[in-house]
Amino acid sequence: MNGGCDSILRALADPGLLLSMDLSDWDLFIRQARRANLLSRFAVMLRDQGRLQSVPARVRVHLESECALADQQKRVVEWEIGCIRQALDAIDVPLVLLKGAAYVAAALPAAHGRRFSDVDILVPRARLAEVEQALFLHGWFSEKQDAYDQKYYRKWMHEIPPLRHNQRRTVIDVHHAIVPRTMRLHPDPDKLMTSTRAVDEDERLRVLSPADMVLHSAAHLFLDGEYSNALRDLVDMDQLVRYFACQEEFWDVLLERSIELELDGPLYYTIHYLRKLLGTPVPGQLVERLDGRPAGGLPRRWLMPLFDRAVIAHHPSCSDHLAGIARWMLYVRGHYLRMPLYLLVPHLLRKSLRAPSGEA
Amino acid sequence: MNVSDLDDADLARRLRQGCLFLETGPFISRIQTSIESVQAGIALLYAGFPVHDNAPFADFHVALTRPAGLRRWFRPQVNFLFDGWTPFKPLPLEQAFAMFEWGMNWCVVNHAHKYLVLHAAVVEKGGRALIMPAPPGAGKSTLCAALVASGWRLLSDELAIISPDSGQLLPLPRPVGLKNASIDVIRTRYPDIAIGQEALDTAKGTVAHMKPPGDSVASQQLMAMPGWVLFPRYREGSALALEPFSRAATLSRLVGNAFNFTVLGRPAFECLSRLVDDSGCYSLEYSSLDEALERLDKLEVSAS
Repeated sequence: MNGGCDSILRALADPGLLLSMDLSDWDLFIRQARRANLLSRFAVMLRDQGRLQSVPARVRVHLESECALADQQKRVVEWEIGCIRQALDAIDVPLVLLKGAAYVAAALPAAHGRRFSDVDILVPRARLAEVEQALFLHGWFSEKQDAYDQKYYRKWMHEIPPLRHNQRRTVIDVHHAIVPRTMRLHPDPDKLMTSTRAVDEDERLRVLSPADMVLHSAAHLFLDGEYSNALRDLVDMDQLVRYFACQEEFWDVLLERSIELELDGPLYYTIHYLRKLLGTPVPGQLVERLDGRPAGGLPRRWLMPLFDRAVIAHHPSCSDHLAGIARWMLYVRGHYLRMPLYLLVPHLLRKSLRAPSGEA
Repeated sequence: MNVSDLDDADLARRLRQGCLFLETGPFISRIQTSIESVQAGIALLYAGFPVHDNAPFADFHVALTRPAGLRRWFRPQVNFLFDGWTPFKPLPLEQAFAMFEWGMNWCVVNHAHKYLVLHAAVVEKGGRALIMPAPPGAGKSTLCAALVASGWRLLSDELAIISPDSGQLLPLPRPVGLKNASIDVIRTRYPDIAIGQEALDTAKGTVAHMKPPGDSVASQQLMAMPGWVLFPRYREGSALALEPFSRAATLSRLVGNAFNFTVLGRPAFECLSRLVDDSGCYSLEYSSLDEALERLDKLEVSAS
């Protein structure tokens, strides 16, 4: 099924294999890894291991280019975190970083060579207006001025419309929950908030607890409709669980927490694909206990053939003739999970009618 | 083997099957297209560039295709694909070759961060490069075209590619983009130089590309040390004025013209500082191309 992507998966498990590839292997590898948003991770990994010089010169040029981009993004994110911190200083609100920015701030291996487009933060819903006002005073504006877009985000979503800085053009996604308000699942944001950890001596700069970090990424991957970064997200989670596994009882906490937050479904698929694609070591007991949980939603045997085609690099060489339809069905599923039908149907109608003159 | 060694049918076949491996400067691009205007543009304007049979590795995999469906017949369009992905919205089919050129620039600007890349024209004489950063409309391309038509070697009309390690400039002597009135200026002055088909009503007005001189293409692997940084400005009726430009202001303008200054960070700053130290820095206001060419021919290597 994912025969064409074998080289990415094998290289993730054993980076040494990259050094035995010839130029034509590299040609396909670079294209697949670039499409999966993983090329910079491989580039930084080879550089950190001092192996960049062993790569053919024509290829090294591209890897060095990716290293430069990855280094820049790390600098930019660190700078932005500082700016956001400063902006929120006056209102004394805890600032919880999510996803890529959190991995960077907490100096986790998942941050190495990771590419991202924005900084995601989580703040208490009750403080949202103050936070938005404080960010506004420091130059962050909402670009979506359309009244319907504003309503869509503010009434139904788990985040406000993206804010862009008027000079640096960087984007912040301000979340107050990790899944849309209209979703049937309700991972309680207060529970997430109370378990956050400080990353340094400033108690206000925080990240989710280890288990919540994994579950947030899992929810994002398997409940959303957009799978173009799916393999990248899976690699993130692989890095997270390998790193956290040395903490006592990490796996037990992860399972219990997933049930508490109603995210055992996404965790089931995460563990399945981590083991299948990346060979992530997971205790057999956890796998059995997850297997025994009721599936909820669509039967697993229906969803698996779809996920098989989505959780890979979205490059033509990795896709079979059913990949397009599978990803489309997951896109529809993502929307269906996002909102009940009585909200979703008018929303999609409105979007489709507006598209030709609007932003499309 | 060069593009000109392939007959039209062979070139068209390679392009159709997506196995034309074209070497431009430090890059090899694998190109696929069935669009005749692009095939004709490559045959005319890339004649002297090397092609490879089945190169094992290509830096960029690009294609120009026509969107399917109604657009096949009604106001036909063209898409630029980077390894199967479309970074831009489609353009009218008549602009296909211009889109190919813009797409090839986009590939470099977004993937060549081993180098510092500036938005500037670069020509060379006596081993020293003349770097001309300028905003659109300043007459940079016209001056660049006239300089290469009168003996300067073309490195690039759009992209100054600098190795931060050595400070040298890498040539990328692809066709020179001419806009609006400058197309006729160059056509009239140099009737022997080939200029491709005009694309009307593009985002930049009317656009046509000039064939790079054979010598420039033949020496596209030959790097050059920086010699001068020049900020040209065409102003109708003005007298020729070549003035020294402060090094600090030159550095600041070069930073503003760099595509990837913040990506490279410190090495980019150090590279540009060295470049400015080693170069004569000038501004040039001109209305007569003849006077400008004559004056620039007498530029002397900075003694710093």
